[in-house]
Amino acid sequence: MTAMTLVEAVRTALARAMAEDPTVLVLGEDVGKDGGVFRATEGLLERFGPERVLDTPLSEALFVGLAVGLGAQGFKPVVEFQFDGFSYPAIDQLVNHAGRLRARTRGRLSCPMVVRFPYGGGVRAPEHHSESPEAFFAHIPGVRTVIPSSPARAYGLLLAAIRDPDPVVFLEPKRIYRAVREEVVDDGRALPLDRCFVLREGRDLTLVAWGAMIPVALQASAELAKEGVSVEVIDIATLKPLDCATLLDSVAKTGRCVIVHEAPPSFGPGAEIAAVLASEGLFSLLAPVLRVTAFDVPTPLPRLEELFLPALADVLEACRRAMAHR
Amino acid sequence: MVEVASFRIERIQYLRADGTLAAPLPPWAEDGEELVRLYRAMVLTRAYDTKAVNLQRTGRLGTVASSLGQEAVAVGTAAAMRPQDVLLPSFREQGAMLYRGVRIEELLTFWGGDERGSNWSGPREDFPVCIPVGTHAPHAAGVATAFKLRREPRVAVCMLGDGATSKGDVYEAWNLAGVWRLPMVTVVNNNQWAISVPRSAQTAAATLAQKAIACGMPGVQVDGNDVIAVREVVGRMIERARAGEGPAIVEAVTYRLSDHTTADDARRYRDDAEVSAHWKEEPIARLRTFLTARGLWDKDKEEQLLAWCAREVESAVEAYLARAPAPATDMIDYVFAELPAPMRAQRAELVRRVARRAEGAER
Repeated sequence: MTAMTLVEAVRTALARAMAEDPTVLVLGEDVGKDGGVFRATEGLLERFGPERVLDTPLSEALFVGLAVGLGAQGFKPVVEFQFDGFSYPAIDQLVNHAGRLRARTRGRLSCPMVVRFPYGGGVRAPEHHSESPEAFFAHIPGVRTVIPSSPARAYGLLLAAIRDPDPVVFLEPKRIYRAVREEVVDDGRALPLDRCFVLREGRDLTLVAWGAMIPVALQASAELAKEGVSVEVIDIATLKPLDCATLLDSVAKTGRCVIVHEAPPSFGPGAEIAAVLASEGLFSLLAPVLRVTAFDVPTPLPRLEELFLPALADVLEACRRAMAHR
Repeated sequence: MVEVASFRIERIQYLRADGTLAAPLPPWAEDGEELVRLYRAMVLTRAYDTKAVNLQRTGRLGTVASSLGQEAVAVGTAAAMRPQDVLLPSFREQGAMLYRGVRIEELLTFWGGDERGSNWSGPREDFPVCIPVGTHAPHAAGVATAFKLRREPRVAVCMLGDGATSKGDVYEAWNLAGVWRLPMVTVVNNNQWAISVPRSAQTAAATLAQKAIACGMPGVQVDGNDVIAVREVVGRMIERARAGEGPAIVEAVTYRLSDHTTADDARRYRDDAEVSAHWKEEPIARLRTFLTARGLWDKDKEEQLLAWCAREVESAVEAYLARAPAPATDMIDYVFAELPAPMRAQRAELVRRVARRAEGAER
């Protein structure tokens, strides 16, 4: 067992997957000698060589298409985009090809791949480096969207994503890349890809979050416990396909739900979760389902960013509002 | 001043529009049987296209893109490939797909609105047609990277149109192919028209072939109505790529004698006179003239061939029309290797929807 950060867990999972499966390739900008802009691929070039760790030209519109061709030929490419704001060209290939190659050839061809990139705000980065685009990806049929929130889950979910026979978009919360160290066993054990994680059990309110909002949610649950409110914290983790069963079971027990995400609210993941609760869990609800989110505005530059992102006080306020309904 | 780079683009032609030779034949073309094979494939392609358009006009097929006048590009390219190579076609390469073993019935199944048409029994690793223009060029780079990493003597052949050469993702794929020396050959079917936009409005470059130069690979122009030139030059580039010498672009200059698709009316944007002039250059008549002059073809053979093509196409149409629709659940069952648990409810709803509609139909 080794104590590691989230980004180290990503690197450990990549190395593990590459060691156990010679078809796994890592490719992207600066993933070789430089080890990636966040060092997620550090040491992989030295260990696996330039035919497994491929530095590409600066070609974001190319990467996922390249992975489609490699995947159809039996490789398992793991593509790194450097930042969330540069991931949008991937959408063309994910929608038009990666997510449908298996379906449109009725199983004749498929393209396993993992598209990973750091996402989210809170690191005072330049423009286009602090976005939460998970809803764009989660809307694409045939593509899984996965977001870890701890080193252990980053390790287990990334292994699962690489072993999965279909395309997976893997968003890594850069704000907590190095926030904590956690014991991670490098035993090659993967986590399930369509299950939410109940991080803390509770009776009164279900607090749903993912990525860098998980530490905020856990903090909120600790604060609320002091007030005698028992909060169940769920890490969505596998945003798409969404594990509705775990959510519905939780809300059946608590009757209240607050959803926290960094992305803007309109047509966002919180809306999807609220819709599931409205259509399948309405009669368990004791209070309106509330969302704590960013705003429907372009991600502000760092001086206003903290006010754009949900923080502890906002989550506490929403939870107290939900608890006011008895 | 020091000149740091310069380039020259060649245009290659063997067979003139009048069926006479512009240059001595390449050795393989001295084989009369090989030329007849190419001729038959072009005529079959045209018979298929003609039938497909008719089926669309009579409501028995969806929108289709005819390759009328461009048969030499597709057939010449496919004939230059080896079976183990991989073709990545756009939506106008039926001539190449048929040559490589996709069946007419399968083409009709796809264009008739059924995904099973792309699950063909022929070249299993070939890609299905790509409709979003040029988005398959990155796939070709990926397939070529796979070949290179596995050290396999295989080549990825990407076919796209003049319009696609304006796209950024196509350039990104070519650029990567150049810098990684990938075994990837792109054949540009320059048929002069991207729906209503003429080649002159697509780029200020003198040729499309020269776009290869910026990516560090050779670019060659061929007479795309001369199947011998297409087969020869594409073949040369494929074998060069197979030998590890890197990618290439072949620009085949031809003309789209048909509308863009059956949903288009080209009379809105181009003169009939322009089209009739290009009928004098089309690829089938010139090869027939040449074969006839060489004593390799005659009227009887032509009649037999046309009758054979008609039978082939007709029996394929019958099989296509007779095929029962796929189960609705196919739309869900092939999305993932294994249906994720959270999607089971959607599948159940689809099954209920099928039952509901069937019930409605009975009332």
